[in-house]
Amino acid sequence: MKIPYYPGCTLKTTARNMEISAIESAKILGIEMIELPRWNCCGVVASLTSDDLISHLAPVRNLMRVEEMNEEGLVENEYRMLTLCSMCFNTLRRSNLRMAENPEDLISINDVMYLEKGYDGKTEVIHFFELLDSIGFDKIEEKVKKPLTGLKIAPYYGCMLLRPKEVGIDSPEDPTIIQRFISSIGAEPVPWEAKTICCGSYHTVSNKDIVIKLAYEIITNARKHGAEAIITSCPLCAFNLDDRQKEVREKYLNFEPMPVLYFSQLLALALGLEGETLGLEQNYIDPKPLLKEKGHL
Amino acid sequence: MTDKIKKIRLTDRNVKFLEKVEEISGESITLCDQCGTCSAGCPFVEEMDITPSQLMREVLLGQEEVLRARTTWICASCFTCTVRCPRMLDVSKVAEALRQIGLRQAIDEIDINIIDREEYRKMPTIALVSAYRKLTG
Amino acid sequence: MKVGVYLCQCGGNISNVVDLDAVEKYMDNGDDIVVIKQSSHMCSGAGQKLITDDIAAQKLDRVVIASCSPQFHEKTFRAALQKAGLNPYLLEIANFREHCSWAHKDKPEDATQKSIDLLNAAIAKARLDYPLEETKMKLGNEVLVIGAGIAGIQAALDLADTGQKVYLVERLPTIGGNMAILTKTFPTEDCASCILSPKMAAAQAHPNITLITDAEIEHILGHRLHFEAIIKVNPRYVKPEIDMDECIGCALCEEACPVETPNYWEQGIVNRKAIYIPAPHAIPYKYLIDPETCLNLNGGSCNACVDVCPQKAMDFDQRPETIKVEVDSIVVATGFDIYDATEKHVFGYGKFENVVNGLEMERIVDHIMEKDPPRQVGKRVAFVQCVGSRDEQIGREYCSRVCCMYSVKLASLLKQAKPGTDIYIFYTDLRAFGKGFEEYYKRAQKMGIKFIRGKPAHFTEDPDTKKVTVLVEDTLSREIIESEFDLVVLAVGLGPNRHSEKVADDLKLARSEDGFLKEAHPKYRPVDTLVEGVFLAGVAQGPKDIPDTVAQASAAAAKVIVALAQKEFSLDPMLAFVHPELCDGCEKCLGVCPVDAIVMNDDDKAGIKETLCIGCGACISSCPTGAIDLNGYTNEQLFAEVEAALKSKKPGERRAIVFGDSGSTYRLADTVGVRKMKYATDSRVLMVPSGCRVTPKLILFALSKGADAVLIGDSPVKGNRFEWAWDFTSANVESAKAKAAEAGIEGERIFSIEFSAGDLAKFIETMNDLSDKMARLEPIPDDKKSSLFDLKR
Repeated sequence: MKIPYYPGCTLKTTARNMEISAIESAKILGIEMIELPRWNCCGVVASLTSDDLISHLAPVRNLMRVEEMNEEGLVENEYRMLTLCSMCFNTLRRSNLRMAENPEDLISINDVMYLEKGYDGKTEVIHFFELLDSIGFDKIEEKVKKPLTGLKIAPYYGCMLLRPKEVGIDSPEDPTIIQRFISSIGAEPVPWEAKTICCGSYHTVSNKDIVIKLAYEIITNARKHGAEAIITSCPLCAFNLDDRQKEVREKYLNFEPMPVLYFSQLLALALGLEGETLGLEQNYIDPKPLLKEKGHL
Repeated sequence: MTDKIKKIRLTDRNVKFLEKVEEISGESITLCDQCGTCSAGCPFVEEMDITPSQLMREVLLGQEEVLRARTTWICASCFTCTVRCPRMLDVSKVAEALRQIGLRQAIDEIDINIIDREEYRKMPTIALVSAYRKLTG
Repeated sequence: MKVGVYLCQCGGNISNVVDLDAVEKYMDNGDDIVVIKQSSHMCSGAGQKLITDDIAAQKLDRVVIASCSPQFHEKTFRAALQKAGLNPYLLEIANFREHCSWAHKDKPEDATQKSIDLLNAAIAKARLDYPLEETKMKLGNEVLVIGAGIAGIQAALDLADTGQKVYLVERLPTIGGNMAILTKTFPTEDCASCILSPKMAAAQAHPNITLITDAEIEHILGHRLHFEAIIKVNPRYVKPEIDMDECIGCALCEEACPVETPNYWEQGIVNRKAIYIPAPHAIPYKYLIDPETCLNLNGGSCNACVDVCPQKAMDFDQRPETIKVEVDSIVVATGFDIYDATEKHVFGYGKFENVVNGLEMERIVDHIMEKDPPRQVGKRVAFVQCVGSRDEQIGREYCSRVCCMYSVKLASLLKQAKPGTDIYIFYTDLRAFGKGFEEYYKRAQKMGIKFIRGKPAHFTEDPDTKKVTVLVEDTLSREIIESEFDLVVLAVGLGPNRHSEKVADDLKLARSEDGFLKEAHPKYRPVDTLVEGVFLAGVAQGPKDIPDTVAQASAAAAKVIVALAQKEFSLDPMLAFVHPELCDGCEKCLGVCPVDAIVMNDDDKAGIKETLCIGCGACISSCPTGAIDLNGYTNEQLFAEVEAALKSKKPGERRAIVFGDSGSTYRLADTVGVRKMKYATDSRVLMVPSGCRVTPKLILFALSKGADAVLIGDSPVKGNRFEWAWDFTSANVESAKAKAAEAGIEGERIFSIEFSAGDLAKFIETMNDLSDKMARLEPIPDDKKSSLFDLKR
């Protein structure tokens, strides 16, 4: 199966390890992720105001590319646009929803893009987790070569996969999709409270004390419930929870570091992939000692 | 917000400010029941100078000082309050509207020059893009 | 045929605008019209005498009166016909006053022309009138009361005391409902079971009440003071009294039973056995075996209870029994379910062991003074208001009305029992509106119970101590409170009982937006439903406290008594009927009838159950052979009326036929006339029982006979006595539009609009817009008209 894939900026830089591990895992699951031949910024944190339509131009242009891919035969009647980055996912799906609910807004956007074909509203934005869910976690389990037995993982949803409700991939207060994913690769999902708490997001740029405090609270909560690692699908969450542990350690002397991984790294590992595909070198807190200790590396 | 008790006069100007925020945000702020659900659940509330529910109240009363409230800029649109408000109001849209009122006058809330080179190098692109989008006019 | 036509001047109200002499001159002058007379007041004794005398002298067999709207004097004139020995349904009325002289006061010529058209339509219809007879139905005094909580018990007792025979049906094995679970009641703090138990016992002892417990309504059929209910009675697996080896209540079995399971009447705070008596005050006070948990009934070999029973009263072979009751009236008292707080994940109900709901707290508080209570509350207790009320995130906008006061009550009782407890009540608005409520609230404040204005966002549980941390803003001080409690009570709201859906659907009872059963009118028919003979009592209709419930239950009983006091009642004869010779047995109408009034007879022809049909006309357009028709509004009559109303149209003129439903649109046109409000004169409003009576054929026929547009006005879904009508009306309009399009006729000529009785401005605007639209459109060319409709029909 070939499916259009939207990477977004960070997947080509600091989250390269999420992209590679996801693309290679998908292949094993019989899915070929076809990157959009042309793409631009997803339009992240598109304005929430009702009078700022122009900020939806970037996301809609990306949505339109999926229609073009179908017209050009790059994919066959496949209007789902696969995303990995939680923020891209949220931005694109939110814009898509606004266009569906306000056809007059779409007309205005298409007017601005008058040199191009225009967006017809056919694209459906999905996240990699949803793709896995549609395949069936029982089917994923069947493909697992190295079940990650004994590994206790806290599923971190953050904001962008769940909220607002109309774009979320699961219940905003009681999501289960990442738990189910963790079980399917043979690891043990840990129930915890901080799974949907915001990591502090872009405050990491100019107000990083906020992020340091939140990262401390989130990781401590995971630890309290017995987790040995946290997984996420958001490159910004990953940075705030992983790289910021440097500052967390400086500020909170009793703090014990914890590896933070992209979900796809563990998926790849469980599917039997190795080496560079896993991209474990790119993680700030080295997850290899934990994985070795559990006998998975 | 000031430390001393102030007297509020409800004038046309107050109503205009409320209406402006309602228009930009698309939210009916007069629907707010002041239950406080948004405030208590906000992961950033301890960083704020007024609580999110107070922010809603100040807008309803047409208090333009709310534009200078730290709360407006601390809100990171995590939508925790959005999915909980019993009146289905979206406080994050109201905060966004207040930010926009400021930013549209080309007043930036972030000084790019203070971020050090090392941070720049390791920071994910999306962090920078988001911060600039939210905090610059 | 001899038709008498009477033109009422209405003391000038009509004749000062409508030129009645011109009407006489230009009206239908068929040979069968043997009398034409004017009178200053047809409704007066003198006016009526004109009619009765002519019927006697001239042997009139049809009467047409041009006067005020039929809503005012149709009954008067029908009585006059009857007095003169003529069937009262051989009467037609042309609405000269409200639709002509008052509405078009400023345009007397147009008013006169419109009068002539309406009169001709009435005459054409009258020619096709035939005698109709009102079927008389005998009324008994049997009443089904569904639900035996305090509402059902109170209604049953009032009914039984006045001599009605009552079947009181309860789903659970004891009567008493939710009230039987409560500890004391607010604001008086008298004990719930102390005031309820005597009523429960009285219901059981009453010779006029048949108690049917542990039973479910499988199906109810009927409306209009005649109902059949099929009731499934579950087995108790313990032999009843009539047997010699009946249960004697020695309780040996209960001691012997190895199964422990939460007791519903203790809200799981206390366990029971699989063989049990639900509660100390249960009625009937008898053992039963719960088939869910009994080992023997689930394939096990356990025989513990039988082994110890001196009577060997157990009977594992019992099966459900089905009984059928026929009743004349029904009281629906199905009560409520509390909100299932597991839905609100932020509060951890069901996951955190120290988070309980209000009903569980009733039991906890009830036991708290015991030496060794089944559940302690600890030192610090929080109540959280509005859980499952006033929360649109979970689709519950409404206030449940009792939670503020039950929390105040539970807190007060707890504080009195354990004065050392620190109690906090977190609320958004505290509603203490009832008699004695404010005083009760103040008493709680005086006791030291702390009321904090703020709705908690979420709780967390300490994995070790199991204490619950509540996170809430005190919205009055704007401080965030993060504090640990030993017990948190969720003041859960009330929702309709989920088991009531079947009953409501079978009886076609409407629901309000909040999901509770809807009363016929919120102000002056608060216990009636739109189904004749079905009344509501208690929380089934909406959240209320015990005094309000009891009052409503007595009101429902009184309304039943009023309804049954008629002893017999007449069925309106304007109901559907079948031409058996045309029916080919296709059964299409069966699925269409919203009240299940159509049955297939033994000869495979459709038949109408007169007691069920309410004459909406929805079935008529479903019949491909035209075999179903409606008395008083037959196809033939409506076609003749339309044709006659359009006959006077001259080239260049425009005409709209407006079918107005009798419940709303026709009356709205009357009201507009009464207010002397003006609108375009080129429409002719004809009465139909409901918009859905207008078939696509009738619409096309009107266009083929010269109508430039056809509008169907129908009651809005809300408040329509035929609440389903609008769907049918819309479908008929769409079908007519499609056929018109085939003939090349613009779809905009055909439309339907919802009019409520107060939509005066909307009506006027619609009529004026319609007039403008017709003026804009070219007349329909004759060739298109003829292709529209096959006149052979």
